[in-house]
Amino acid sequence: MIDRRLIINFDWVLLLIVIALAGVGILNLYSATLSWGAMSAPLYLKQGLWLLGGVLIALFICLFDYRHLEYFATHFYVLSIGMLVFVLTLGHTSMGATRWINLGFFNLQPSEVIKLAVVLVLARIFSRTVTLQGYSFFELWLPAFLILLPVVLILKQPDLGTALMVIFIAGSMLLFAGVRRKTLLALFILGLIAVSAGWFGLHDYQRARVMTFLNPEADPLGSGYHIIQSKIAVGSGGLVGKGFAQGSQSQLSFLPERHTDFAFSVFAEEWGFAGCLVLLTCYLFMIAWGLYIARQASDRFGMFLALGVTAMTFWHIVVNLGMVIGLLPVVGVPLPLFSYGGTSMVTTMIGVGLLMNVSMRRFMF
Amino acid sequence: MSLDGKWSDLPIIQRRFFIYTLAATLVFALLLLRIWYLQVVSYDDLQERSIRNRTRMLSLDAPRGPIFDRNGELLVDSRPAFQISVMRQDVEDRVQLLQSLAELLDVDVADLEQRWQEGRRFPVYRPIPLASDVSREMMERVQEHSFDLPGVIIEVLPIRDYLNGGEAAHLIGYLGEITEDELRSAEFLDYRGGDFVGKTALERAFEPYLRGHKGERLVEVDVKGKLMRQLQMESPRPGSKVYLTIDEELQQAAGSAFGEESGAAVALDVKTGDVLAMVSRPTFDPALFAKGIAADEWNALAKDKRFPLQNKVIAGQYPPGSTFKMIVALAAMREGIAGPEHKVYCDGAYEVGGSRYRCWKRHGHGETDMIKALRESCDVWFYEVGLELGIDKLSQAAREFGLGAPVGYPLPGEKSGVMPSQEWKHDRYNKPWYAGETVIASIGQGFVLATPLQLAVMTAALANQGNVLKPNVISRVEDWDGNVLLQSEPEVVRSLSYSRQAWDTVRKGMIQVVNDQRGTGTYAHLEEATVAGKSGTSQVVRRKSDEEEEVEEEDGKIPYRFRPHALFVAYAPAEKPEIAVAVVVEHGESGGRAAGPVAQKIIQRYLELKVQRAAQSGEEP
Repeated sequence: MIDRRLIINFDWVLLLIVIALAGVGILNLYSATLSWGAMSAPLYLKQGLWLLGGVLIALFICLFDYRHLEYFATHFYVLSIGMLVFVLTLGHTSMGATRWINLGFFNLQPSEVIKLAVVLVLARIFSRTVTLQGYSFFELWLPAFLILLPVVLILKQPDLGTALMVIFIAGSMLLFAGVRRKTLLALFILGLIAVSAGWFGLHDYQRARVMTFLNPEADPLGSGYHIIQSKIAVGSGGLVGKGFAQGSQSQLSFLPERHTDFAFSVFAEEWGFAGCLVLLTCYLFMIAWGLYIARQASDRFGMFLALGVTAMTFWHIVVNLGMVIGLLPVVGVPLPLFSYGGTSMVTTMIGVGLLMNVSMRRFMF
Repeated sequence: MSLDGKWSDLPIIQRRFFIYTLAATLVFALLLLRIWYLQVVSYDDLQERSIRNRTRMLSLDAPRGPIFDRNGELLVDSRPAFQISVMRQDVEDRVQLLQSLAELLDVDVADLEQRWQEGRRFPVYRPIPLASDVSREMMERVQEHSFDLPGVIIEVLPIRDYLNGGEAAHLIGYLGEITEDELRSAEFLDYRGGDFVGKTALERAFEPYLRGHKGERLVEVDVKGKLMRQLQMESPRPGSKVYLTIDEELQQAAGSAFGEESGAAVALDVKTGDVLAMVSRPTFDPALFAKGIAADEWNALAKDKRFPLQNKVIAGQYPPGSTFKMIVALAAMREGIAGPEHKVYCDGAYEVGGSRYRCWKRHGHGETDMIKALRESCDVWFYEVGLELGIDKLSQAAREFGLGAPVGYPLPGEKSGVMPSQEWKHDRYNKPWYAGETVIASIGQGFVLATPLQLAVMTAALANQGNVLKPNVISRVEDWDGNVLLQSEPEVVRSLSYSRQAWDTVRKGMIQVVNDQRGTGTYAHLEEATVAGKSGTSQVVRRKSDEEEEVEEEDGKIPYRFRPHALFVAYAPAEKPEIAVAVVVEHGESGGRAAGPVAQKIIQRYLELKVQRAAQSGEEP
């Protein structure tokens, strides 16, 4: 199963950049949670364990040929949809939304798992049906159904952020596979209709978030508080930052959710523009490397798989950063490798494992 | 499409990869541009907002300036006091907390609840005071239980400290929490809610000198307003030092001479007008006010019929009675109505316009001249002379001595008393003046009212023979660098001209009041020096008929509120006067017996202190 070529072609670059980013993330978590005082299991240590576990999972994924996954993609997709349905009926409710399955040691979020399932199932379909002419509107009924089913289920939770993520990821793959011009126009118009219809279907808190995003200063102590405090944290970091564990916004708890969604704000406050430049360059490099792996993939399934995983990582980064620096509404999307959370770390590392798998088998037919 | 060769090697797919990579780069560039905008372009604004987020300016109360007596004896100071306060945002269960605290401090939980409610108007980072000036024992008890009392802190704040049990409380006044109205007024611009300010007397009038400068502490707080650390501090500067003209030892003596009676006593330096002692009874404990007086304590003081909060030296207005007679005698001599030898036959009563005016001595004084009239306080002599003099001349003379108008007491609250004249009555009642009113005004009754301070100023002018002095209680104000901010100088308001013979006759009469066996003021007699004085017993309510008088006299005693006031004015030593004293014992019945001894003890103590201090300063070099 493992031959010498696989070892030679192992993607050290990706593994190193991922571990480096996660390491900085853990250091940042240490600073972000400093004010919580002594805890029996500090968050940064837990995150370290999740990283370790994630690396092991990634290495495990490298052991078998990703091409077997093409066969299992459908099963995995059905299982994920099942979990989503389960969560809607029996899941744990937190902050007005039902998102988790309690596995005892850890709360599983099926909405995270479904992103991978969608990537896998679309990779399978596109690799088999793609043409250079691009898809026509009526050829898209199956992918459209497979995309919209989980989207509807996730919106039911309700979790607007993740639903949009699924659409962005699937859209990125679809666009790459190619769509005819007229079809693209039709999809665009349909999308517009869906968005305007969706506005009325939004929950109050979701609508409030969008409104808050448009004018955060209107309600500085209410829903605008997160964005304002985050902008203050980032901006007051200046060119070189306030120094590690010296950020007043984070250390004095003005910044909310600073170990999860707003972890980047802590980093920006303490490391300044210089730090942000380095960090974003690293993330961009990781994305570019993912696209490079897709381009080098030995078959179309591998290419779409790597592309989907890269799109998933890309959209997480962009939406999270856009959110904390006030470019996008607060939708609760974690920053991969940076925000605290087992599900996010494991999902990201499964993606990394898949990328490495595709990468190390690029010369194999 | 053939599966031979890699699909991704096709130029169109290559282009798509290129476009995707470029798009990702552009998106990241956009993110970085936004971060640049926040961190570099908006840096100043956002940096300032982050500082405003985390810092708070706390003010530190300044100790109020100390108050000394004329000899530098400390009367009122500021001392550090323990205050139990609570930081709201650290409290988990308010009801539970106040309950435990009430048990620890042994107070009513409703009181703590009320103080909590009152404190809610303060900003969150400012602690709410729950118990002021608690004992060290209490403080330690709270400290021991601090773990069970989240949010409770112990502050050390300056509090007014009265070193001599609040003697001269009426002169010094008391403190209280600043009111909403005061906060809005221009005078209290840089004050804030919860501050303690002077409410009456010296504390009120000298507030700008006494308050000091608040200190400031720049602190860092977290999002809940919890104090994290101190960034900067400017220490508070205590208020300036105020030196009074009061002699603490004489003040003590005057207070204890008064005993349990109600009334007022004041002693003046006859050369300078310095108030050496001023006592008003009953008194109050200013320490009760220093930490915020409880409602029931306040009500007890405010509703007391004997008016403990009033400074009767300046605001008590009494008919001067016979202490007024020297004025009549002097005016009569100046106007040529009656000389020292002028004789009147007193048969115990005097008749004018069909009314009989009695002498206090039922059976009369017989043949009476001016000296005897003063010595034995013969009312009939003064009825006749006064009537001849007329109310307007009498009024003018009395006004020159300082009666009927404020004498210029430097602190607020002085009353003017009443010195009637024909014009005054016309203005006031729109009625003509009757001869009978002149008769009773001649013995300091009727419309005539005077404050003890006015009587003291009058007595001092009799002692120094002509100088009506402005009474003074503030000697000087000094800051902590030794700069004198205010220095009071003796001030002669008016110089009166009477003949030497007139002055000497009155003096002789006053000496005999005290030193002649027949005098009415022998209780004020002293071996150490000659005391010149005059007693006065003034009616509180006019008795309309003899029948009514009999009804009032149940079991041989008149009810307290109808008993006459006892007055005594005196100066000493008679030959070379130094101190003048005026005493009013409310409802004391007899000027000589009730007020005389108080005056005597004050003068005696004054003389003792003089000898003691001379001996001490003699030893020093």
